[in-house]
Amino acid sequence: MKILVPLKRVADPDNANKVKVAGTKLETTGLEWKPNPFDEYAVETALRLTENGAATKQRQGEVVVVSFGPKEVEATLRAALATGADRAIRVDVTDDKLDGDLVARALKAIVEKEKPDLVLCGKQAVDGDSNQVGQLIAEYLGWPQATFAGSIKSEGAPGKETALVVHREVDGGTINLKVTLPAVVSVDLRIVAPTSVKSVYTADGFKYPDGVRFAALMAIMAAKKKPLVEEKIETLAADTALKIEYLGFELPAARKAGVKVKDVAELVTRLKSEAKVL
Amino acid sequence: MTEFVFKEPSFLPEEMLMLRAQVRRFVETVVIPQGDAWEVDGFVPRAIFKQMGEMGILGMRHPEAHGGGGLGPMCSVILAEELSRSSYGGFASSTLVHTDMSISHIAKRGTDAQKKKYLPPAIRGEKIGAVCVTEPGAGSDVAAIATRATRDGDSYVLDGAKTFITNGVYGDIYIVAARTDAKAKASRGISLFIVEKGTPGFSVTRKLEKHGWRSSDTAELYFEDARIPAENLLGEENAGFYGIMDTFQDERLQIGAMSAGQCSKAIELTVDYVKTRKAFGETLWEKQAVRQKLASLAAKAAAARALTYEAAQILAEGRECIREVSMIKAHCAEVLQEVVHGCLQLHGGTGYMIGTPIERMVRDARVLTIGGGATEVMLEEVAKRM
Ligand SMILES: Cc1cc2nc3c(=O)[nH]c(=O)nc-3n(C[C@H](O)[C@H](O)[C@H](O)COP(=O)(O)OP(=O)(O)OC[C@H]3O[C@@H](n4cnc5c(N)ncnc54)[C@H](O)[C@@H]3O)c2cc1C
Repeated sequence: MKILVPLKRVADPDNANKVKVAGTKLETTGLEWKPNPFDEYAVETALRLTENGAATKQRQGEVVVVSFGPKEVEATLRAALATGADRAIRVDVTDDKLDGDLVARALKAIVEKEKPDLVLCGKQAVDGDSNQVGQLIAEYLGWPQATFAGSIKSEGAPGKETALVVHREVDGGTINLKVTLPAVVSVDLRIVAPTSVKSVYTADGFKYPDGVRFAALMAIMAAKKKPLVEEKIETLAADTALKIEYLGFELPAARKAGVKVKDVAELVTRLKSEAKVL
Repeated sequence: MTEFVFKEPSFLPEEMLMLRAQVRRFVETVVIPQGDAWEVDGFVPRAIFKQMGEMGILGMRHPEAHGGGGLGPMCSVILAEELSRSSYGGFASSTLVHTDMSISHIAKRGTDAQKKKYLPPAIRGEKIGAVCVTEPGAGSDVAAIATRATRDGDSYVLDGAKTFITNGVYGDIYIVAARTDAKAKASRGISLFIVEKGTPGFSVTRKLEKHGWRSSDTAELYFEDARIPAENLLGEENAGFYGIMDTFQDERLQIGAMSAGQCSKAIELTVDYVKTRKAFGETLWEKQAVRQKLASLAAKAAAARALTYEAAQILAEGRECIREVSMIKAHCAEVLQEVVHGCLQLHGGTGYMIGTPIERMVRDARVLTIGGGATEVMLEEVAKRM
């Protein structure tokens, strides 16, 4: 199976308090960058779907990662190559010239060229929290989609996978979906639990270590030699006009300090009279 | 949660940054949650060494032909700094003694057969190394060691005692310094040997209890007619002193990096603490004296660290650097003392309580002005080159 994983770098969420607003723009110079965690989960999922969990050095299929941004995002792509992805594509553009819709349309052009069996993305980027790109690509491609996957199992013959069974948690239960390939799937946090992903190559009952795998030193060194190509946004999307216009940014109001209550009776009274939740 | 880390030196290549990111995540997700348990147990579990082996970080400078990474000193500095950011000095020392202070002797001056036999399992984390120089009667004065190795046919017979040996209790491969020529000038008659755990006549006589570094095991060892094959001579006979001095350079550089990692972690924990702790109606951070104290400690630590990275870069370029490495050992470990004590002070009584990381960090930091060459001895090395 060939999998395309769109990958975004985001301003380090632990330092969100350092982000400055300049007019209708966020000031991004001087920020530390990290890969969007949900995208790292998507890369991990793609690797698990294209390997036997007991022999992770052997890739059964291909994982291509793609990111949009200036030259510096290549560090994010190289990190994905070091964990096991085969190739990388960087679309040369700056964040302020992008919105979710343009990203989805440009990705559609990449999908048409690369012809993956699966587009696997994080459910959302933790900077804008837009949660749109996966759904939009599926729509533009006319492919089936399954969002917020908590677990995935591939079906079919090795090398000829035909469908994925995707579980998604909802209030009070789980939904199980079967999507025929090619498809678009977005992943949630639980996808990196030890038994969340099962490929047709991996034995039943196999357990991965929890979380995203570590890149071994050898793989880090080898990542330098893996192909990383550059594309221009203009050649991928005929219309690069943005559909979303940002009018302003402001920080959420600081939380007010809480109050200590004497006893349950006072708590109930305050919940009724002040919080008005009872 | 505050994060306080030093800036990346501009000369680090991308793969070194990726290495740092991996080791940092390993420390945060694997080491920190288990460190307290290792402190109680008194050693680092073998499974952790094996996991580090899988990550390829136990032999980054060892030759590629035997499973190593074939890299230069910069990776050792990054490894030492990031492992030390765990705050568990014992864990860091146990790992670094294995990679850069003991098995590295085999990587640097072993025969092909020795490399083939010992490097792969050590790099995989299956066999752990220890280096045995210090004796009850000889510490700073390495040339005064009294352990003897007597040639007898196809073997050498070892007699003597070693002490304060890191990884000495649970290790497998011991690099032992012993006197092979009693008549030669002190430093000229010393040789190095590879001694395997289980060699008859070689025993662990005591597991030592320590002030800090409690997650690493430290031993007193005894050799009584311990017979080892002559092929276990490591490097040339009577050239051991130079091997020891050469590896000391790696150790001292790494102690600069360990100090940097411990400083950044101690400052990080303390900034976090003083930003929430209140006294006299405001947080401690809101008091200028407190935040300036931390800023000043941070500046000193950053300067000490810069010297370490600078020396690593000079060494990576193949240039001689003994004076600067001696400065690092003398200076960085002393700056570390000032930083951890300053940080404990700002924690108040909480900092004195067992269970508060800074309390342990102060104990863990203490040894770094002693081990690997005491500050005074290092200053002599600097002075000799002035
Ligand atoms: C936790 C721990 C782990 C260790 N691990 C190892 C190991 O794995 N392998 C190993 O071989 N050794 C190890 N050591 C030993 C360590 O290298 C020695 O402790 C160190 O070299 C100092 O030797 P010493 O303790 O005998 O002190 P001494 O040589 O007795 O010196 C005592 C003090 O005297 C002062 N001093 C010494 N010489 C001079 C001088 N010329 N001028 C002025 N002042 C001087 C210094 O303040 C010094 O601290 C370890 C030690 C510790 C504490």
